[in-house]
Amino acid sequence: MNGIHDLGGMHGMGPIAPEKEGEEPLWHAPWEARMFGMRRGGTLPPGYNIDRWRHVRELIPPDLYLQRSYYDHWCMSYFAALLDGGWATEEEIASGHAAPGSAKRNDAMRPDQVGQAQKTGGRFARALDTPPLFAIGQRVRTRNINPTGHTRLPRYVRGKVGIVQLHHGGHVFPDSNAHKAGEAPQHLYTVAFPFRELWGPDASAVDEACADLWESYLEPA
Amino acid sequence: MSLQEHPHHHAHGAGHGHSLVPSDPALRTKALESLLTEKGLVDPAAIDAWIDAYERRIGPRRGAAIVARAWVDADFKRRLLQDANAAIAPFGFLGREAQHVVVLENTAAIHNMIVCTLCSCYPWGLLGLPPRWYKAAPYRARAVIDPRGVLREFGLELDEATEVRVWDSTAEIRYMVLPQRPEGSEHMTEEQLAELVTRDSMIGVAQVQVAKAAAR
Repeated sequence: MNGIHDLGGMHGMGPIAPEKEGEEPLWHAPWEARMFGMRRGGTLPPGYNIDRWRHVRELIPPDLYLQRSYYDHWCMSYFAALLDGGWATEEEIASGHAAPGSAKRNDAMRPDQVGQAQKTGGRFARALDTPPLFAIGQRVRTRNINPTGHTRLPRYVRGKVGIVQLHHGGHVFPDSNAHKAGEAPQHLYTVAFPFRELWGPDASAVDEACADLWESYLEPA
Repeated sequence: MSLQEHPHHHAHGAGHGHSLVPSDPALRTKALESLLTEKGLVDPAAIDAWIDAYERRIGPRRGAAIVARAWVDADFKRRLLQDANAAIAPFGFLGREAQHVVVLENTAAIHNMIVCTLCSCYPWGLLGLPPRWYKAAPYRARAVIDPRGVLREFGLELDEATEVRVWDSTAEIRYMVLPQRPEGSEHMTEEQLAELVTRDSMIGVAQVQVAKAAAR
């Protein structure tokens, strides 16, 4: 979707104003730590893989997306996931309490399972039978697609010509996986785009931006 | 007090529900934790365990150990740049948000930096909790169009001839920058070198300096 989350290349967002490394606290408020732990250790409804999670975050209304911070996005997304999955009612979400007599699960991650979950979570490479369509060094053009659902093809690289830098083998395809349509793995590539291709003749002649792009985002150029 | 900060409206699909919750983030997360706990969807002790892991075990010292090894061991560096997963595996650092790792070498000719314009992907398994600025809109928006301006905000002015290569983490590949070994570090041990390496240098918004580290 062409949402507010797709920030690459936008102007007007203000200075970075980084807090100095070593002076920035790990958490800026205690609730951030709790939210982080809830996201990592909490159970989500069926179909809630990382891609569907990201899509729900993208659906935060644009004004709130910009006003609210990262872990706050997680909180809003978790509530939305519960509602979307039918695991909580609007009344329960508004009150912060389970309705009397509502279903209770007994399979939440235990503290002794956290170490293993950290080590083994988040593996998205998948074996593919089909050979890659593109080779390292090949010129490719990104397709100009504007799906209303989830995609990982940012607007600023659509319809642009770049060079394949890396080939990563098969990876779960987010555009499918986010919508309960299966992992549908595809070959994944890193494509380098010259700044002048992305930003025009006034841009740097030497700088490049690389993005990780699935095969169906690309065509030969 | 009303818990609804906006009149309820019917957003489509999964985004529905973003407007139902309390307006204060501390209250919002408290409401979420009580709801999840009461429904058996989270064990508060598991929340504590996740927090503890990232406060005490999983942080930028991991990435720094890899960088220092690469600086003293040319064969390790070659393997790290060729197949980072295989080179890092013996350290025990592969894990969530660091399962498919690519390491990018900064040189006098090429300066690499990482960003995630679409969400905030970051090599948590190697660098720990991301800094706030990395996840905020200004960095995500500007890194891919004005990287030199961004770097100047971090106090780093690059030569015009140096190529800046910005890596947008749009998939599950997690990038880490191998910064240049600083001048004046020739006599240092691997452990001393690891002490020099900053988180920011492994994101690619800083260079490693001997004098700066001594002043810390």
